[in-house]
Amino acid sequence: MGEMRYLKAVNQALKDAMRDDSTVFLIGEDIGAAGGSFKATRDLLDIYGPERVYDAPIAEAAITGIAVGAALTNMRPVAEIMFMDFITLSMDMLVNQAAKARSMFGGQGSVPMVLRTPHGGGLNAGPQHSQCLEAWLAHVPGLKVVCPSNPAEAYSLLRAAIDDPDPVIVVENKALYAMKGEVPETPERVEIGKARIARPGEDATVVAYGAAVGLAEAAADVMAAEGVEVEVIDLRSIQPWDEACVLESLSRTHNLVVVHEAVEAFGVGAEIAARMVDIGFDELDGPIIRVGAPFAPSPFGKTLEEAYRPNADRIVTALRRTLA
Amino acid sequence: MAMKLKERADLYRMMLLIRRSEERLQKLFADGMIPGFLHLSIGQEAVPAGVSSALTEDDTVSSNHRGHGHTLAKGVDLNGFFAEILGKATGLCKGRGGSMHVADLAKGMLGANGIVAAGLPITTGSALAHKMQAKGNIAVVYFGDGALAEGVLHECLNIAKLWSLPILFVCENNGWSEFSPTERQLATSLDKLGKAFGITYKEVDGNIVDEVAGAAGKLITGMRKAASPAILECRTTRVRGHFEGDRQDYRDSDELAGLDARDPIRLAGETLREAGLTDEALAEIAADVEAQIEAATEAAVAAPLPEAGDILADVYTRAEV
Ligand SMILES: Cc1ncc(C[n+]2csc(CCOP(=O)(O)OP(=O)(O)O)c2C)c(N)n1
Ligand SMILES: [Mg+2]
Repeated sequence: MGEMRYLKAVNQALKDAMRDDSTVFLIGEDIGAAGGSFKATRDLLDIYGPERVYDAPIAEAAITGIAVGAALTNMRPVAEIMFMDFITLSMDMLVNQAAKARSMFGGQGSVPMVLRTPHGGGLNAGPQHSQCLEAWLAHVPGLKVVCPSNPAEAYSLLRAAIDDPDPVIVVENKALYAMKGEVPETPERVEIGKARIARPGEDATVVAYGAAVGLAEAAADVMAAEGVEVEVIDLRSIQPWDEACVLESLSRTHNLVVVHEAVEAFGVGAEIAARMVDIGFDELDGPIIRVGAPFAPSPFGKTLEEAYRPNADRIVTALRRTLA
Repeated sequence: MAMKLKERADLYRMMLLIRRSEERLQKLFADGMIPGFLHLSIGQEAVPAGVSSALTEDDTVSSNHRGHGHTLAKGVDLNGFFAEILGKATGLCKGRGGSMHVADLAKGMLGANGIVAAGLPITTGSALAHKMQAKGNIAVVYFGDGALAEGVLHECLNIAKLWSLPILFVCENNGWSEFSPTERQLATSLDKLGKAFGITYKEVDGNIVDEVAGAAGKLITGMRKAASPAILECRTTRVRGHFEGDRQDYRDSDELAGLDARDPIRLAGETLREAGLTDEALAEIAADVEAQIEAATEAAVAAPLPEAGDILADVYTRAEV
């Protein structure tokens, strides 16, 4: 499909999924006539009409619950929550309903819904429009959570999410929306739960997802100049996450750093570190180090936000520490 | 709209099936055969019996914590129902849901629910699906007066009206939410909410099954023709405690003493006799219902418990993730 921006890849995935399956429909705030707050759904109302693209009132619990109920009634809804911070209002429908319906009803049915939502800072959007809350969702049995790192991944993972029979949260990073990248003519159908080696290396492994993948690659460049080859794993999917891929990499590099933009404490990195200590202890030559946001709300001001968000320097520091 | 005697007898039969099933559950609970919480709908049977008489298998319903009646009236298998509430492997949900989560998706029963008002958005979504599929199917959500204070109710009334969704909001107003009377919970009333949102509202005596069936039938026929929401508020009576084990010290004795005169089954039996149904016919219905419940109970009691090793089954649809 050529080079396109991340945002366009999301838009293209929605468009193609709606073309391929008439049960796919969109629901969210300002997604129709306005094309979405970030324009991810641009033109889709014109192409598919108001019967497939629902401009919803500001009612996140209802939007999410409507997706659950429609999914239980043979549809494939794709809901948009404008900022991930607003997912607090969707939580009952995600945690108590979507996640549990299949198991709680003894496997009678599935809930093939997708919820797209942007996370992350960099726009000085402040404490209620910048959070990365994906670990909350990854903690809930029954939900799947993916977080694409570039345009090709954004296309493939969204298509995979829409195809998936279970509820999938697709977390997009706002700061990546403008990122350009090649999307293959016929993108491969990816499997949710499989990671990708973004850059091979044999001296240390950095596991990342979303925007942190780019930071890890930048850190790997710095280390390469010093003769240290860093392997970067793009997790792609946070729940389920590719334990086998991380363990295999660790067993070659023997050093591990995990990076995410989300708050470090009780996060995805904590889970990965704990699992690797459990099943990969003998492979470790140094401490597993997490790089994430400090334990504070995401701040507004430029200097504060810059200091708050993980960057390549901090990953380099972490790599030096684990390799020391 | 006069119903035939046969149809009215069927409503009576459904109410009796719900009543006798719950009385049996009450006994099984007292005997320690039912784990967890049990919320009985004794006194409220006319609502689901009446509403369901206007539904087909392709219509969808969802329910709340007091959902046995809604479930049975939607036509779910009685054996699977009893087995589920006893937590058995043969239950409708393989013993993973229990009383508060009985569902039968193939029968259009989208689930009881342990979260007050949670059925509202789910059913609104089901109604949206029905509208998109354009087969004339509709969705019904049952909820209590307690749900009127929850935010999602207001979100859903708004969206159902904005988008003309074929959803019937059935409020079972029994005057209580847990241990608190409705007047301490709600500053307005459902008829006023209906007016505010411009949604057709109808109030009925929820203990007179013919009234419920008549009103529901009319509203549902209308929404099948032209998709639109409606509210049916049913004034009804909760006879038992909030859950089994609740001694209801907070209710006054006059209220409790008056419940018998309002018993929907007794009221229906009286009018059916006046309309010409014989005592033998009524006794035959009762015997039939008893036999079904006896068989379902026996099967459920004898059924195996779920295997502890099955904990991970059905968390996701595809086994290998
Ligand atoms: C979100 C939520 N809050 C509180 C409860 C606890 N709770 C269970 S039933 C109930 C009262 C509901 O009253 P109503 O809706 O009138 O139904 P009724 O029990 O009268 O049938 C409450 C507060 C709950 N299950 N879910
Ligand atoms: Mg009540």
